[in-house]
This record gives sequence, structure tokens and C-alpha cells, in this order.
Amino acid sequence: MSNKQTLVVIGNGMVGQNFLENLMASDIKSNYNVVTFCEEPLVAYDRVHLSEYFAGKSAADLSLVEDGFFETNDITIHMSDKAVSIDRQNKTVTSDKGIVIDYDKIVLATGSTAFIPPIPGNDRDYCIPYRTIADLDDMMAAAKDSKVGTVVGGGLLGLEAAKALRDLNLDTHVVQFAPRLMEAQLDDGGADLLKSKIEDLGVGVLTSKNTIKIVDGDTCKHKMVFADGTEHETDMILYSAGIRPRYEIAADCGLEIAERGGVVIDNQCLTTDADIYAIGECASWNNLVYGLVAPGYAMARAVVSHLAGEEAEFAGADMSTKLKLNGVDVASIGDPHASTPGSLVYTYQNGVDGIYKRIVVSNDNKLLLGAVLVGDASGYPTLHQYFSNEIELPEHPDSLILPSRSDESVGLGPDALPASAQICSCYEVTKGEIVNAIEGGCCTLASVKDATKASTACGGCAALLKSVVDCEFEKAGMEVNTDICEHFAYTRQDLYNFILVEEIKSFSDLISKHGSGKGCEICKQAVGSILASQWNDYVLEKEHVGLQDTNDTFLANIQKDGTYSVVPRMTGGEVTPEGLIAIGQIAKKYGLYTKVTGGQRVDLFGARVDQLPPIWQELIDAGFESGHAYGKSLRTVKSCVGSTWCRFGVDDSVGLAVELENRYKGLRSPHKIKFAVSGCTRECAEAQSKDIGVIAVEGGWSLYVCGNGGMKPRHADLFATNLDKETLIKYIDRVLTFYVRTADRLQRTSVWMENMEGGLDYLKSVVIDDKLELCDELESQMQHVVDTYQCEWKTTIGDESKLKRFRHFVNSDKHDENIVFVEERGQIRPANIEERKLLKAENA
Amino acid sequence: MANWLDVCSIDDLQPNSGVCALVAEQQVAIFYMPEDNAVYAINNYDPFSDINVLSRGLIGDIKGEAMVASPIYKQHFNLKTGVCFEDETVKIDAYEIRINNERVEVKI
Ligand code: SRM
Ligand SMILES: Cc1cc2nc3c(=O)[nH]c(=O)nc-3n(C[C@H](O)[C@H](O)[C@H](O)COP(=O)(O)OP(=O)(O)OC[C@H]3O[C@@H](n4cnc5c(N)ncnc54)[C@H](O)[C@@H]3O)c2cc1C
Ligand code: SF4
Ligand code: FES
Repeated sequence: MSNKQTLVVIGNGMVGQNFLENLMASDIKSNYNVVTFCEEPLVAYDRVHLSEYFAGKSAADLSLVEDGFFETNDITIHMSDKAVSIDRQNKTVTSDKGIVIDYDKIVLATGSTAFIPPIPGNDRDYCIPYRTIADLDDMMAAAKDSKVGTVVGGGLLGLEAAKALRDLNLDTHVVQFAPRLMEAQLDDGGADLLKSKIEDLGVGVLTSKNTIKIVDGDTCKHKMVFADGTEHETDMILYSAGIRPRYEIAADCGLEIAERGGVVIDNQCLTTDADIYAIGECASWNNLVYGLVAPGYAMARAVVSHLAGEEAEFAGADMSTKLKLNGVDVASIGDPHASTPGSLVYTYQNGVDGIYKRIVVSNDNKLLLGAVLVGDASGYPTLHQYFSNEIELPEHPDSLILPSRSDESVGLGPDALPASAQICSCYEVTKGEIVNAIEGGCCTLASVKDATKASTACGGCAALLKSVVDCEFEKAGMEVNTDICEHFAYTRQDLYNFILVEEIKSFSDLISKHGSGKGCEICKQAVGSILASQWNDYVLEKEHVGLQDTNDTFLANIQKDGTYSVVPRMTGGEVTPEGLIAIGQIAKKYGLYTKVTGGQRVDLFGARVDQLPPIWQELIDAGFESGHAYGKSLRTVKSCVGSTWCRFGVDDSVGLAVELENRYKGLRSPHKIKFAVSGCTRECAEAQSKDIGVIAVEGGWSLYVCGNGGMKPRHADLFATNLDKETLIKYIDRVLTFYVRTADRLQRTSVWMENMEGGLDYLKSVVIDDKLELCDELESQMQHVVDTYQCEWKTTIGDESKLKRFRHFVNSDKHDENIVFVEERGQIRPANIEERKLLKAENA
Repeated sequence: MANWLDVCSIDDLQPNSGVCALVAEQQVAIFYMPEDNAVYAINNYDPFSDINVLSRGLIGDIKGEAMVASPIYKQHFNLKTGVCFEDETVKIDAYEIRINNERVEVKI
């Protein structure tokens, strides 16, 4: 018999999962057998970023649970099963599927549901709450045959839901019961401005509308009838008018429920039963239900502390929020309504630029009590710090919201923050903890995030975190050295600009102008790659050959025994029987090992350096070209069979893959580039794991960018959809050239994107909106590369002086006797050291 | 005392890069930096990968010392002494080398 107690967590939502993670990271984890009930068919996912589901994120992307989390931690999870009753006398929990668990402790984390107004007709078809992934699936299905969509609720979530409907191309309206939008956070001035901004986005806003019933419509599916006698027609309705805590199970077993809903909890998050806790949106603390994730996480921590016998308690949380809706910034901090007696208010309104800012300060002008920002929320991090850390305000608090005059700096520099200042409220990370992480060896922003979790939940603190980290790096003198190597005190991007602007054509020219010494493998390869991207000369040209590492020098991939592999290009993975036969015959003639690669082509291994030219001569004669498997360049464009053969195919994916591969083959880049094209959304070519992914959809092609398989997989981002081929190619030209110009050396597009300030939106603004007025140049650079393409093997074979290099010894025709093969599964493989010795001895 | 052995013509060398020569049954990697009129000779054997490939590495300098980077796992070797920069206990043979009347000569 184990002496462990059984702890049952009811609900595996954001807060329930956060509780499990905290518990598993604590010393008391071994005291409990943990069982959890998860009503939804999916384990916990990120509800905060739910709307990104429409932008192409999958349920898996949104998941908050690391693979194997439940197994490794020995947590029993009952999926798609709901706890239905608690028997407090006998201490059992019973589930919908009939499972009965004897418990010692319970943590209720049942969350809430979207509030659905109790009016006739509220459950008609296409009337959907906005809360779960299943709801979103319903929404997308309903949107397919709807023209008009309406959101009930003009709060934070309602406006987000409206954006989702806009993104689904519906004629969108918001119906608000209150006289203003976001009534909890905004005052009238802020709400008016927000309303006009939302209307500018093409969303209709109806305020002071009390819906009394929903009936059949005349022009649309439904007609909403309002108390003032007016009506509104719509095809679908989304409910997002506030939340209702889920407390049925608590109420049924006699726990105290707050007047306005929610399970009553104390500072330890205990309900009125000393063995039952409640956390997250189902709990009511001080008569307050928090509809935000950060307070839920704070409650989860408080419960783990309490179980561990520590003193920590939940002491309420801050309701500040920041939101970005299609480019409209909105933020609210603390008490925006100036309800504190004696508080003073400063307002700044700029009708021209559509900016409204208001701060509420204490009557001695010393402390910030609240703020509202609409149209420009850039001041949020600073104001939030003044508020949450109770930092004394500057002499003229209004300087914080007035447009900054050049002679005074009003921002609160990260250096001015005390160590106790909370930087990330979701994970309660203080500035002190960030400093510790840096002192403990974190030397990149990403590693600080990993170590502290800061900025990994709602992301609202990202800008502040970055400025704190940058400032600390600078102070620690570890100004992250971005010099490419000891020979150039510049980044790759700087070198690119020198080469571009000064039209530098050789390494020796560049190092004499901008560097020192003789160079090394790092700068030489990087510069070799830049010169090739920009001018596209033959890489084995006399002044370039010394810049290539062995793979580029011999136009083949070196293997562990010093032999090389040979990879002919097979555009789109397409190959004729004659081609296959030729490859087979050549492999047989030279005794090469053959294997189908992960990139849809055939690799021939075990060629000695002197065999490379004759092998390539034969491949070229059979119609093949270099596959650039050796270069930091385009590798393959993978394809699925597509509409030509496949019964589901929407378009000709092979045809497009072949065309794209032929266009971009030979392009030298900071790292290798992979593409794929799928013929429909079943995605058999796995395009969403590639640097450039293309999927055929009914309206054209969808373009995905910056995906990665390999060491750290990254799902590609949906960049644009319904593109015709011409626009698709234009966008790819621009994205790739921009990558080639601005990435670090050996940086795949995925990491480039992760490090790009402004991220996907920024890349879109450069490539689609031409924000940098660079698109023409990017396209013509790509066209130059396309026009000057040459098969490097063809050029090499035609040049006697280049072929001289393809011998093991300059002064002898002998081979390297260290290269020895043995047979395995009917083909050759390199002998290992033991085998090599044995064979040598036999031959001697 | 070893003698100077004739290896090849200077035209057989690769400017700013390396070649391998067979000298007295030894595989010798020879590097040529024409700007400094410098030639270097070390053994072609890379002790970290157990194969004969150093002549195919990229060359340059580390703090002014001429070096080659192994093409396999990128350790650096001093071209004058054969000592590995990452691990000074590892040293490969370095040979005397000169250019004599457009001919490359090595002492082994
Ligand atoms: C041959 C092949 C394995 C196979 O037998 O299937 C292969 C072999 C090598 N891969 Fe790969 N990769 C091969 C497909 C892949 C794939 C699958 C794909 O392309 O669909 C991936 C994951 C997809 C991706 O890149 O996002 C892949 C991810 C890597 C990585 C990790 C890259 C990353 O960003 O995480 C490396 C290491 C690197 O590049 O730094 C790597 C490096 C290598 C190197 C170059 C390692 C080396 O330096 O020796 C191997 C030499 C290849 C050679 O000698 O020809 N290989 N490699 C595949 C050649 C495909 C082709 O036809 O060109
Ligand atoms: C679209 C949207 C956007 C949001 N944006 C933000 C934001 O920007 N910032 C922010 O701070 N917050 C935001 N929120 C709120 C945030 O998502 C919630 O505060 C958070 O999810 C609360 O976590 P929870 O675990 O309490 O509840 P939930 O995440 O709802 O989890 C509760 C889970 O318990 C399950 N459950 C319920 N009863 C039972 C039972 N009896 N047995 C088993 N399982 C049960 C439910 O099915 C659910 O899966 C947003 C919410 C939505 C819907
Ligand atoms: S997975 Fe590793 S071992 Fe296999 S081919 Fe790729 S790099 Fe080589
Ligand atoms: S404040 Fe939410 S992630 Fe930092």
C-alpha cells in the first residue's frame, strides 16, 4: 500500500494544467497520486491565443502540454470525461463515465462558459459560444454558408471574436448591451474613439442594445429583436458577452457559492471544505471572478504552496490588459474609472491621429492608480510598472501621456526598476529573477525566456522583457558580441551591405577594406555565400575557391571516411524510368551505395574524389543536373502527387514544385532552404514544415513561410492565401531575397523569423505592403540569380584546370588506402577502424 | 638528416587552399597563401575523424597564426607547428617546406 494521498484535479484547462506543472516542479510531488478529469477531447490548450486558430495554428500548436507530460509524471488523466459529483462524506468523486475515485484533496479548475443571454431563440442553429476549440470548428463550419456574422458582447473577447469573423470574410457586427464598448476597462472618451476605430475596420457597432429574442430572419437566417424595438438580421451569432463560472459540481455538494457566481475561496484558495480548493475562472475571491489567466496562475501557485505547508497566499491580482485588434491598440490599467476618492485625472486626446490617453493618479500626485490608452498603447509597459510596483511618479505625471518632447525622456528605463519589479505578471517573474538568470549564464533573450518562463503566456510583457534583458546585457559588458569572427568586427548583415553598396566582388577586397588578418572558415564561408547570393559567379572561380568548405569545393558531400556522396537534382521528386535506370547503372558501375533521401531523391554514396568528375559526366549525359546537396542553397522542393492523379487534388502540385525548384535552384543563402508543395490541405508533402510551403486551396495557393523540421521543428506561418501563381512567385522572390540579405550566417528561416522584430506582421509589411520600398530591388536581385544560373558540375567538367583538383594526390595517381568498404545488406559501407586494420593486414 | 624532396610545381598548388601530395609514402597536406608567398606542410591525417582530409580544410589565421580548419569536425591546427588550437595535447606532424625555382620541396 502506498502512503500517498490522492489528489483529484477537476478540469484540465489553462489553470488546471498550470497547477499540475507547478505541483510536478515542487518537492511535494511525490506525496500525491494525481488524477485529473478533462472534459474536452483535447488536453489543456492556450485559450488566450485561441483566435490564432483562424490564422492557421493547429490544435497541436496551441497545446500547453508537453509531449509525454502525463506519462513521465505518472498523472492519470481521464479524457473526454467530466466529474459529475463529489461525495464529501465518503470522499469520492464520480465521473460521467462512471469512474469513482477516493480522494484526499480536490482542486476545482472547471473554468467558465461563455454567457448566453437567457432569451427565446438563443439556441438556434449557428448560434455559438466563443470559448473552446470545438466552438471554433463550429464557427468555421457555420461561416461557410453565412454572409453576416454578429457578436453579442462588446468587451475584450467580443471584439476579438469580431476580428475572427472579419478574418472569415463575413459582414461583421458587434451588439453591445452597455452604452459603450469595453465598459469594464474604458471610460466614455476611450470607448468612443475605440468605436470609431472598430467601425473603420469595417465592423458595425450597435451599443445600448438589449436583445429580447432571436427569430427567423427575412434576408438572413436570424433576426435579433431589441428592447428598443429595432432589429438586426444576421446568419450566425457568436456569444461573447462575459463569462459564467462553472460551479454546478461545487454547488451540488454544498460548497458556498458567491452571490454573483463562482465558488467562494479564501486567501489559500480553499473553499468552505478544507480538502477542496478552487482556482481559475470557477473561483470567486472577495466577490470577484477574474476572467484572466494571470490571476488563475497565481492561485495555482498559492495552492501548491499551501499543500507544501508554506505561507504564501493569493492576494488578489491586477486586471490590467492590453489588446491589439487589427492594429487598434487598447490598454487599461488598474482603476481607469477614477473611483478612488480624491483621485486626479489627466486626459490627452488627439483627434487627428486617433489617440486617447487618460491616467488616474492619487491626490498627492505621487502614485498611478489607473490608465486607459486607445490608439497608442506604447506607453503601457512603463505605466504598468509605475502602477504595479508603486513607483513614485515624475513631477508632472502628465508627461507620461503627452507626446514626448525631444528634450525630456519620460520613459521609465529598465534600469530604474527595482529588483522586485514584476516584469511578467502571468508567471510572476521579477526583474531580480531575470538578472539572476543572466548571471547564471543565459546569454540570449530566448534562453532567458526558457529559464524564467517570462513572456511565454499572454506575451503582454514581451517588449518590457526585451528592454530589461538588453539593458542587463549591456551592463554586464556582455554586449552580445555580434561580430562574425575575429577578422571582421561586423555582422553578416553589415558585410552584406558593404558588398552590395560598394559592389565588392571578392573576399580579398572586402577584408582589405573592412577586416584584418587572413580570415577563417567562418568569415570565408559567409562571404563566399554572400558573394554568390549577390553576384552569382561560379563558386570555383579562382578568387572564390578558397572560400568554399570541402563540400562546395568538390561539389559533393563529404562522408565519415573521406569519400563523397552524389545527389543529382530530381525536381519535385519527379523522375523518369530512363533516369532511374541511368542512376542505377552509374551506381552499379562505380560501386556506389544508393539510398532514397528524406528529400525525395536518390543519393549515391562512397565516391572517391577522383571518381566525382566521371560520375558527373555520365549523370549529365543522362540529363541530370547538380542537386546542390552540398551548398547552403535550395535543396529540394518536395511535392505530393497532386490533382494529376490524386482524387482529392485541388491543383497540380508536382507541376508547381518542378517550376519552383527550377526557379530557385542554385540560389546561395545563409543556410539551406527547403520547399514543399501539397495539392490539397491533406498536406502529404508536409509543406508546413518547410522554409517555404505551398498548399493548393480552392481559391489558389496558400503560402507558408519559415517552417523547419530538423533539430527544433517549427510550424510554418501562414503568410498569404488564395494567391495566383504570379503573385505567389513574387512573394517567394521577395521573402527569400530579404532572408538572404538580412539573416545571420547559418540561420534557417525559422530562427530568422523568431528573431525578427515585429515577426510575421513585419515580414508581411515588407513583402506585401512594400513598407521599405524594396520590393522591386528584391525581385530584380532574384531575377538576376535566376538568369545567371549554371549547373556547377557542367561548368566544372568543361574546365580542365578545375578538374585538376579532383585527385587525391597532386603528384600521384594512387588512391587513399584508408578508404575501405565492406558489404552490408547487399551494398557497400565504410569499414570501421577494426575492419580496416583487419583488411589491411590481410592484404599485406 | 632528411633531405629536401621534390614534390610538385607551384602551379599544382591551390592559392588560398590546400592539396595533398604523396611524399615518402606519407600523405602531406600543402597549403599556399600567395599574398604572403607562404607555403605550409602538415600531415593530411585528421586525428579527430581518423581520415586523411586536412588538405581539404579552409585556411586562414587565428590571432595571426596560420591555421587550417578540419573539414570534418572543424578543429583548428597550427600550420607551422601542427598543434591543435582546441586541444594542445594533440599535435600532428608539420614539415619543413620551401619553394625552389618554381618547385615545391618538402623535408621529411
Ligand atoms: C541525405 C539526407 C538523409 C537521408 O538519407 O535521407 C541528409 C543528410 C544530411 N543532412 Fe539532413 N539530410 C537529408 C534530409 C533532411 C531532412 C528532411 C527533408 O529535407 O525533408 C531534414 C529535416 C528538414 C529540415 O531541414 O527542416 C534534415 C535536417 C538536417 C539538419 C538540421 C537542420 C535544422 O535546421 O535543424 C542538418 C544539420 C545542419 O544543416 O546544420 C542536416 C545535415 C545533414 C548532413 C549535411 C550532415 C553532414 O554535414 O554530413 C548530411 C549529409 C548529406 C549527404 O552526405 O548527402 N540535415 N535533413 C537527406 C538529404 C535530402 C536531400 O535529398 O537533399
Ligand atoms: C477567446 C479568448 C481569449 C482570451 N484572451 C485572454 C487574454 O488575452 N488574456 C487573459 O489573461 N485571458 C484571456 N482569456 C481568458 C483565459 O483563457 C482564461 O482566464 C483561462 O483559460 C482560465 O483558465 P481555467 O483553467 O480557469 O479555465 P478553462 O481554461 O476554461 O479550463 C477549464 C476546463 O475544465 C473543464 N471542465 C469544466 N468542468 C469540468 C468537470 N466537471 N470535469 C472535468 N472537466 C471540466 C472545461 O471543459 C475546461 O476544459 C481569453 C479567453 C478566451 C475564450
Ligand atoms: S539525421 Fe543525422 S545521421 Fe542521419 S543523415 Fe541526417 S545528419 Fe546524418
Ligand atoms: S505578462 Fe503574460 S506572458 Fe508575461
